Amino acid sequence: MSAEVTTRQRISVTVNGVTHERDVDVRRLLADFLRYDLGLTGTHVGCEQGVCGACTVLLDGEAVRSCITMAVQADGCSITTIEGLAPGPGELHPIQQAFWEHHGLQCGFCTPGFVISAYAFLQDNPRPSRDEIREALSGNLCRCTGYKNIVDAVEAAAEAMAATARTGD
Amino acid sequence: MKPAPFAYAVASSVDEAIHTLQQYGPDARPLAGGQSLIPAMNMRLARPAYLVDINRVAELSYIRETRDGLAIGALTRHRQVERSEVVQRANPLLQEAARQIGHFQIRTRGTIGGSLAHNDPSAEYVVVARLLEAELVATGPGGQRVIPARDFFVGYLATTLAPDELITEVRIPRLNGKGAAFVKLARRHGDFAMISAAATMELNPDGTIKDARVALGNVGGGIPYLAAIDMTGQSPTPDLLADIALGIASNVQPDPDGTVDVSYKKHLAGVVARRAMETALARAKGEI
Repeated sequence: MSAEVTTRQRISVTVNGVTHERDVDVRRLLADFLRYDLGLTGTHVGCEQGVCGACTVLLDGEAVRSCITMAVQADGCSITTIEGLAPGPGELHPIQQAFWEHHGLQCGFCTPGFVISAYAFLQDNPRPSRDEIREALSGNLCRCTGYKNIVDAVEAAAEAMAATARTGD
Repeated sequence: MKPAPFAYAVASSVDEAIHTLQQYGPDARPLAGGQSLIPAMNMRLARPAYLVDINRVAELSYIRETRDGLAIGALTRHRQVERSEVVQRANPLLQEAARQIGHFQIRTRGTIGGSLAHNDPSAEYVVVARLLEAELVATGPGGQRVIPARDFFVGYLATTLAPDELITEVRIPRLNGKGAAFVKLARRHGDFAMISAAATMELNPDGTIKDARVALGNVGGGIPYLAAIDMTGQSPTPDLLADIALGIASNVQPDPDGTVDVSYKKHLAGVVARRAMETALARAKGEI
């Protein structure tokens, strides 16, 4: 039997813990769904070909490029965007805090992608070397900072998160 | 930079995917990881009328150890290959290649079947599949057929897969004590390979070469290049490896591809071939 073919589909996606149901064109990119349909403009769209990393989000816990994923593919999935990382309003996630303290951003356009990529990477490798950090961030482009402060920030975030894990705070 | 309109279907099984592909004909494309197809659609280089999404076909996602090596479901993500202890044990070469595919945010989506079916000349798995004589299981309306890698890749982005066939499994022999290495040259980490090479090296107890193989990627014709070399019985000295590498460099006929000069690419072919052989040899000896 053939699968049903459609150009518009109702999807249910849980984003940052909130479940949204929407009718979407099947050609709607996940990045555009998040930005235009849900108003979550923290996910940025740079190259729209999977190269710059600005649109990186977590899809069922894995970092993916939302500009080369269709929204319909996220039906039934759980997504975390930059808006969903901080523990509460007015608070910062340790990675965001470290980017602030280490001046890991200038214009900020690439930052959400860097922070989400760093988050996924540190879940896998909580105590990375500096070289491992550089490799993990190599799929995110920044045109302002020269990367040094970004690597500093992720290194500091890893230490802060490890210290928190040790004390159980 | 958005895809042209298309119609979309979610397949829940291999049968359903194949029936849907068959019903809509050559205008329908299977959507696996989408890490090459969707960028091409965003750039309007590809305009499939129908996409048949196979990401929910759970039966296509597995890594199994078999008598001969590995059987990997076509939908297995590069990241799963990279993290798999079974792959590490049976075929670390595959894992070394997987780690060099794009960036980790690409590898969470990209699939082994998709990469082989796409046959990008710079693709990592394509070279490894050719080197190790992997077998590709293709499933179509008439059932399954097993295609050896040497018969599968036929030109730029072209394979012997029919429009209503899917790769469903990739069978990769185990290394069985051979040393192996994958070497890729790209301008930046994570870029498409300008050129790549994979090598295996098997030694006799007296230290001479029992079997040595080298394959290269992106050296012309859109198909992986298996070097016609025979080093059997010879001593694997640095001079021998360098000579073999020079021979490979003079034999390959890279096509102009707008990235680097053809003569430079021939030079690079020798460089990656030599490095892959040297590392494979060191691993065969247990030095690294």
